[in-house]
Amino acid sequence: MAQISLPQSREKAKKPIWRTLTPYLYLLPAFIVMGIITYYPMVYQVWMSFTDYGLKNLRWNAPLPNFVGLANYINIETDQLGLSYFSFWHVLGFDLFWTFSNVIIHVSLGILIAVILNQQGLWLKGIYRALYILPIVIPQIIVANIFRNMFDPDYGAINQGLAILGKSLLGLSPSLFHIHWIDQIDYPTSWIPLPLAYYALLITNVWLGWPFMTIVASGALQSIPKDLYEAAKIDGASGTQQFWRITFPLLRPAMVPAAVYGMVVTFNLFNLIYFLSGGGPLRETEILVTTAYDLINQQRLYGVAAAFCVYIFVILLILTLATNAVTRATESYDA
Amino acid sequence: MPNTEKQSILDHIRRIFTIRRLTKSGERGMSLISQLISQLLLLLVAATVIYPILWVVSMSFDPRDISRPTELRLNPFQGGMSLKAYADIIKQPTANPVSLGQLMFNSFRLATLTGLASIIVGVFASYAFSRLRFKGRQVLMIAVLAVLMLPSVAMLPALFVLLNKIQINIGHTTFNVRDSLLGVGFAVLSGLLPFAIWNMKGYLDTIPRELEEAALIDGCTPNSAFFRVTLPLSTPVLAVTFFLGFMSTWTEFTTSWLFLTNPKDFTLMMALYNMVGQYSDSTPWSHFAAMSIMIALPVTIVYLFVQRYFVAGLAIGGVKG
Repeated sequence: MAQISLPQSREKAKKPIWRTLTPYLYLLPAFIVMGIITYYPMVYQVWMSFTDYGLKNLRWNAPLPNFVGLANYINIETDQLGLSYFSFWHVLGFDLFWTFSNVIIHVSLGILIAVILNQQGLWLKGIYRALYILPIVIPQIIVANIFRNMFDPDYGAINQGLAILGKSLLGLSPSLFHIHWIDQIDYPTSWIPLPLAYYALLITNVWLGWPFMTIVASGALQSIPKDLYEAAKIDGASGTQQFWRITFPLLRPAMVPAAVYGMVVTFNLFNLIYFLSGGGPLRETEILVTTAYDLINQQRLYGVAAAFCVYIFVILLILTLATNAVTRATESYDA
Repeated sequence: MPNTEKQSILDHIRRIFTIRRLTKSGERGMSLISQLISQLLLLLVAATVIYPILWVVSMSFDPRDISRPTELRLNPFQGGMSLKAYADIIKQPTANPVSLGQLMFNSFRLATLTGLASIIVGVFASYAFSRLRFKGRQVLMIAVLAVLMLPSVAMLPALFVLLNKIQINIGHTTFNVRDSLLGVGFAVLSGLLPFAIWNMKGYLDTIPRELEEAALIDGCTPNSAFFRVTLPLSTPVLAVTFFLGFMSTWTEFTTSWLFLTNPKDFTLMMALYNMVGQYSDSTPWSHFAAMSIMIALPVTIVYLFVQRYFVAGLAIGGVKG
């Protein structure tokens, strides 16, 4: 028995070694590359965040920066970076408000348009579908640049269009429409502390954002069985009742992940804010990533910027864990 | 008695059948009034969608050769068309002494090589994550996801100072890696690779495992099962992942703007940034419009054809990661 079982166990022992090594061989290329250009810089960045790394340390033979402990972190949080109008908590608060206000509008507008678009017997359905895909397929960064010029007070298409509409519909003088969308410092409404630039950004991002939500909602709408509406109609449910009792609950499983995705994207929407408002006026529309870029690109405070990026990482981690707890999206890790 | 029973059953079937037919054909449709209201709303939405596009297109063909559009012009054919703006930017888009061809070549090189590198290096890892079971799988997947979650700007401080310390000597020329397209490529790849791994893993998860198992039974080794069965089947996702990487790098701005100083290395978006907003004082907007279209058109056309493969997929699977 022993003679028979010995080679068998050797066979078994050989196979697992090969089998256990294979997965790591497959992982090797990616993790070597990521180790060099991703994980090592990440660790280095955490070290940098505890130093006063600046322009003087940039040359290849420059001395090492001084260790400053938590000074960068504390200075960021208490707004002692020597930057005018900078406030960490304002940036974070605005970023969160910016994210939620956008996603709420994107999702509701997306569902509304999807419901209108998916009615049976609607004319020109195909043409609308083809047009509505355009904001998704045009590179977002180009759109941001185009809207930057569109919001120009003198030559932009927004003011010129409003002037034509105002004159023909309401008889208003075109000179009323020299709105300084980007750089007006006074708030348009005294009880909402948001500059006009915020509304310009919101308009642009709504233009960019709703079609994706409409596509997601359309897919979900088409999968709702028609019998449910038939049954509801027989039971005497009105159109609004049908929407809130059938359509809305059945859309939710599709819309929640899409909304979470939209939130992550909007929270880090660098391109739009950098190109449209540049974070202005007076840093009021600055979000976390645009501030970080300013710290590197303009201020050249690499140590401070590193600490700021660690803050971003921690904030995103908390947000991701929070949204995951809500959507239970983590379950698919094991799939 | 049996006759009437039969009749009622037939009636019943007919009723079911007619309801089905009516709902399927959709002839029951909408009342005229709700049709008109819906059309009005959808036309309004369509108008907001094409308004910026018409504006930019007609500005780029504007025959008047003026620096700023003094009146709203949405019809590109109104008063004739001119290709002068395109001819001007092809020669030299900005004050920097580079042609559009050079800028496009730089962006194209950068986008193609980083896109290719991300799928070639990434596909093996995504296969391992999708198919193989091993110790530390969860931890390594979270390590990839953690990077994926991070915006690319948040890695720039370290990438900038680290790449800045590397000097490369080739023959008589010495160059700083940070101040080159090579350095930008490394920085871009650092963000692209985790995305590529995750995107391809999501697709590999949907390829039936039975296909590989059948290959194994037929005598394939696990490696040749990967190369002969799984890899050919995943060509669509390789192409899509490459294209997404290509598109994001084609319009890449943050890294190249921070890293590059030599106009000969500049990318398309850097040139466009010089034509908008605070830097645009001397640039005619028709040039800006033509430049935007030249950058956007190639990727937009491709995206238009491939978007249905992943816009829906993004909604279903992409987010769960």
